[in-house]
Amino acid sequence: MSRTPPFRLPRGGRLIDRAFQLAFRFDGRHLRGVQGDTLASALLANGQMLMGRSFKYHRPRGPLASGAEEPNALFGLGQGGRFEPNQRASTTALVAGMVLRSQNCWPSLDADVGAINNWLSPLLPAGFYYKTFIHPRPFWKHLFEPVIRRSAGLGRAPVGPDPDRYEQAYAFAETVVVGGGIAGLTAARDAADKGGRVIVLEQDPVWGGRTPTDHDGGPAAIDALLADLRGRGNVTLRRNCMATGLYDHGYLLAREALADHDPNQGIPRQRLWRIRAGHVITATGALERPLSFACNDVPGVMLASAVRDFISGYGVAPGRRIVAVTNNDDAYRTALTAQAAGLEVVAVIDARPQARGDLPQAARAANIPVMTGKAVAKVKGGTHVEGVAICDQAGDGRVTGSLDCDVVAMSGGWSPVVHLYSHCGGRLTWDEPEAMFRPDPSRPPLGADGKPMVTVLGAANGDLRCAGDLERSEAPTMPVWVMPQDAPYKLRAKMWLDFQNDVKVSDVELAAREGYASVEHAKRYTTLGMATDQGKNSNINGLAVLSKALNQPLEATGTTTFRPPYTPLTLGTIAAEARGEAFQPLRKTPMHDWHASHGASFEPVGHWRRPYSYPRAGEDRHGAVNREILAVRNGVGTLDASTLGKIVVKGPDAGRFLDMMYTNMMSTLPVGKCRYGLMCNENGFLMDDGVVARLSTDTWLCHTTTGGADRIHGHMEDWLQCEWWDWQVYTANLTEQYAQIAVAGPRARELLQRLPGTIDLSQDALPFMQWAEGALAGIPARIYRISFSGELSYEIAVPAGRGLELWERLHAEGRDLDITPYGTEAMHVMRAEKGFIMIGDETDGTVIPQDLGLHWAISKKKPDYIGKRAQARSFMKDGSRWQLVGLESLDGRVLPDGAYAVEPGVNANGQRKTQGRVTSSYHSPTLDRPIAMGLVRHGPARMGQVLEFPLPSGEVMKARIVDPVFYDKEGTRLNG
Amino acid sequence: MAEALADIARVTGLGMVTIRADLDHAGDAIAEAAGLAIPGQTRIVTDGSRSLGWMSPDELLLILPAAELADAIAALTDALASEHALVVDVSDARAVFDVTGPHADDVIAKLMPVDLDDLPPDGLRRSRAAQTAAALWRIPGGFRLIGFRSTADYLRLILENAAIPGSGLAPR
Amino acid sequence: MLILTCPYCGVKAEETELSPGGEAHLKRVGPGGTAEEFEAYLFARKNIKGVHFERWRHAYGCGKWFLAARDTHTMQVYGTYKAQTAHATDEIVANARQARAEWVPDWPQGSEAVVG
Ligand SMILES: [Zn+2]
Repeated sequence: MSRTPPFRLPRGGRLIDRAFQLAFRFDGRHLRGVQGDTLASALLANGQMLMGRSFKYHRPRGPLASGAEEPNALFGLGQGGRFEPNQRASTTALVAGMVLRSQNCWPSLDADVGAINNWLSPLLPAGFYYKTFIHPRPFWKHLFEPVIRRSAGLGRAPVGPDPDRYEQAYAFAETVVVGGGIAGLTAARDAADKGGRVIVLEQDPVWGGRTPTDHDGGPAAIDALLADLRGRGNVTLRRNCMATGLYDHGYLLAREALADHDPNQGIPRQRLWRIRAGHVITATGALERPLSFACNDVPGVMLASAVRDFISGYGVAPGRRIVAVTNNDDAYRTALTAQAAGLEVVAVIDARPQARGDLPQAARAANIPVMTGKAVAKVKGGTHVEGVAICDQAGDGRVTGSLDCDVVAMSGGWSPVVHLYSHCGGRLTWDEPEAMFRPDPSRPPLGADGKPMVTVLGAANGDLRCAGDLERSEAPTMPVWVMPQDAPYKLRAKMWLDFQNDVKVSDVELAAREGYASVEHAKRYTTLGMATDQGKNSNINGLAVLSKALNQPLEATGTTTFRPPYTPLTLGTIAAEARGEAFQPLRKTPMHDWHASHGASFEPVGHWRRPYSYPRAGEDRHGAVNREILAVRNGVGTLDASTLGKIVVKGPDAGRFLDMMYTNMMSTLPVGKCRYGLMCNENGFLMDDGVVARLSTDTWLCHTTTGGADRIHGHMEDWLQCEWWDWQVYTANLTEQYAQIAVAGPRARELLQRLPGTIDLSQDALPFMQWAEGALAGIPARIYRISFSGELSYEIAVPAGRGLELWERLHAEGRDLDITPYGTEAMHVMRAEKGFIMIGDETDGTVIPQDLGLHWAISKKKPDYIGKRAQARSFMKDGSRWQLVGLESLDGRVLPDGAYAVEPGVNANGQRKTQGRVTSSYHSPTLDRPIAMGLVRHGPARMGQVLEFPLPSGEVMKARIVDPVFYDKEGTRLNG
Repeated sequence: MAEALADIARVTGLGMVTIRADLDHAGDAIAEAAGLAIPGQTRIVTDGSRSLGWMSPDELLLILPAAELADAIAALTDALASEHALVVDVSDARAVFDVTGPHADDVIAKLMPVDLDDLPPDGLRRSRAAQTAAALWRIPGGFRLIGFRSTADYLRLILENAAIPGSGLAPR
Repeated sequence: MLILTCPYCGVKAEETELSPGGEAHLKRVGPGGTAEEFEAYLFARKNIKGVHFERWRHAYGCGKWFLAARDTHTMQVYGTYKAQTAHATDEIVANARQARAEWVPDWPQGSEAVVG
């Protein structure tokens, strides 16, 4: 049998259903709440006011607020990979079986050792770390940093991957209304009347905002609006959906909670909506401000609105004896609500000299004592409010009396929630009578059409007393930034502005005295507003204190920048589907599954996965590479070359166009032949290479590197569309249409001739650098006699859908030849043995073809090509550029890839001067010794010289400059 | 357990031809060879068996049963012999999925930044599905989505993820 | 995140469907150009706060490059137009001048000059 928790009121609670009890655990204790509770309301119902420890001083803290602005009551929730720190008790719905863990305390919330910082607080003013831990410098690394790291950070990071599922979705609407209170719902109705799609987003699980709590006719008014909107086909109402940021051109992000902290539903936990809004209406309401009086952070001091919410929303008494302290009429609602719920309202302390509005009068009529012109001098109590000392607001804090109480309900006025409006450039104006920043109607954020993108309505616009037709007269607020107004330092050093980061009035004053006059600097120096609540409570009060300290009007100080997200987003919603297997689109060739089932060890090449090598049992990746190379050099091997880019270029001007794209002449290439081509950018630097085949008089097929296909196709289209649009050329990227298989090795021809086909593969009929097409093994094929390995080699292109068929056929026919699949690493080593360059190894975006000794592939005859002018720049022709050579290590070890060759002397930065670097380096199984290529100053002229390569270990390796072609210099193997 | 939001089915057996030409000039010849009218900008025309989609101002995509591919390429090549034009077989370069069912819209809305209310019955929209290029048009009961062959597994994975039971986009 | 309407296919594309191509209306300098001309072509960019003309490719769509007149400060889009155009259209100029009266085009007026 369950007993009602001690602070659950016998009646009331608009948001809860007492019939459904929910058991949960808090720091090991077994407690009960009910359906509809938040963590905060459930804990308060159980008399648990102490909910956290502040970040810096570890002061005991209870809940301050009842909404998204809560700074204190933060918990770690969930287990294992689902653990999540800093979850706000005020906005997290209680779920049966929840496990709450208090944070920022050790060993426990009640007996926290870190609270010693509190006694040391006079020694830890703003900027303490900056000032203290600078000198002596060596102390930083070994002494200060480890200590600070241990005490830094709010909450723990989760361990292990998050097992929950997240997703995103796109939505489009002519109008998006943010805020499901009465202003938002009314605006949605009006927008829907005009036509077009309307989306309404409400952060809470319930509609209505403050209206149902604060106005007698509120629930009925909200219900009527909802009924109207639900009946319309063009309105979407989405609750539990927090609009977190507004970006250029009406792009709005919103996080919808679907199964938060309730992982057993099997659906995505959260969904990030990526909404494109024609127009955004923000009806985001206002946040109540705390008042700055001494010890305003003792558990039991709460915003007046929160006290009201806990009573009327959740049927929970935050305490039994309540003192309200205010500078406006609204807090009287709390007093009246509390009294109606049977709680004792000890007094309303009103800083204003007079209080004659409807609400104060109603309070007096209900026999609630009202004290005007008064202030709280100090809150009594340590871990719980025990009472308040009273003083005059217009004074220095001399105590005139005291009241016993267990809750202080404070209201320092209201600040419009202007975050979304401000994210994208909306400007604010200071409203002196209401003491608040509100949207400046003359400077709203602009959309793509240059017209205002956001309309702000209701309390968010500063219309604090609007509630549809439910308006009630309220007297003006009186700005009260410090209570009492002439409070001495002793009191100001106990007035909290930022409750989470422990920033006090005295800290902001200190920052001002030390010259941090800019609000952005003062924020960072003091950490005001830098906690997870991002200054929702502290912002305006802090600005006011800073302005006073700087002796300037608040408007001159301005606000810090409002940045998204409004409340923290889980990384899961940002990643959404892009995790695990779907992290990136893995591109697979038609033979991918064969490779996988034959033990391929894959490597990423762009988004492709290519076999690096095919290790056999008892063999590692590199052992396999060596075996594969020898198999190709001595027999025959197959490489899946399907990833190579294949771009067809056709038209009357195609030859002329390719002459511009490539450094060499492509227009003169005879039909049926192939030519190796180099492609540079306008800077003259080599960007891609590949074999070009002329298919017909007006058609060429250009091969690109694996990573280059899309980029080079885009590059071609760029020049065709934007520079030479009158040239008649069409291109198409056919990379994915073909599977391409390199069959290489002295027995390649023998193997291919075993397959039935219509293509004559003899040396005479198909010599090196020619192509032919026909049928091979019954598959339409184009065969290129090209070689990247230096061996007799055929590259066979067939429709992608038949690539696997041909591959398997080759392996079946070649079994007795010990046909061997080889991977990218064997390909790399073999090309290096031949001294062939590799884009991305020998090039790095600053290398021109001339550096690589590729003069033979640069036309001297052509008047122009992309990069030609750049290659004529003086420093490109300068003989001191680093140029391609071979490198032979003297001690038989493989040079580290990327190692620098040093020379005597140091540069302007005191670093060793360099004269070259290693660009490719391998063990050559063919030659059974290391080989390397590198770029070296004056390299080709320095054959035989020895260079020094210092290693990170301090050791120095030496290598001799040699010719970069290590194997088969005469090229006889090409012909088998 | 509830049902998936939509059926995700790989479609095979289709031939596809990319046609690049000056559509104003060569439109009639293409229409005759393809057996379909030239679609308007960002539209696709279909006779139930063949479809012809507008891909760009100078590019069409003909989709037809694979058995008719060779004849269609020959006919188009012939019809455009006197034009500056490009006719190429891209049948093997593509992966095709049909996404059908009462909540097919939701599946697409999770992956593509496309306003489906703005997609006419004969609209063809080229965009992206999550991180890969895709084109989309309506078929009875849902959508046909085409992407690149190499990303077929990725496309299937993200489509099936987006369709998991209980994850419909209707407000709750 | 920007939205730009592709003038070739009419699609209102969001930024993730586009790829950027830098400043528009650069005139290519080839082998005949002086060092100063070539430097200006290759490296000198206006980096304007205000009315800016830039290249975009409808990469996830029709594949065409187009030009956009956009305000780099307010993000207002004054218009998009085809790449084969020597200058922004008069309509785009009027839009820009309406938003920024102080701005004047840096090309000779009265010639809309659509080439190609
Ligand atoms: Zn387009």
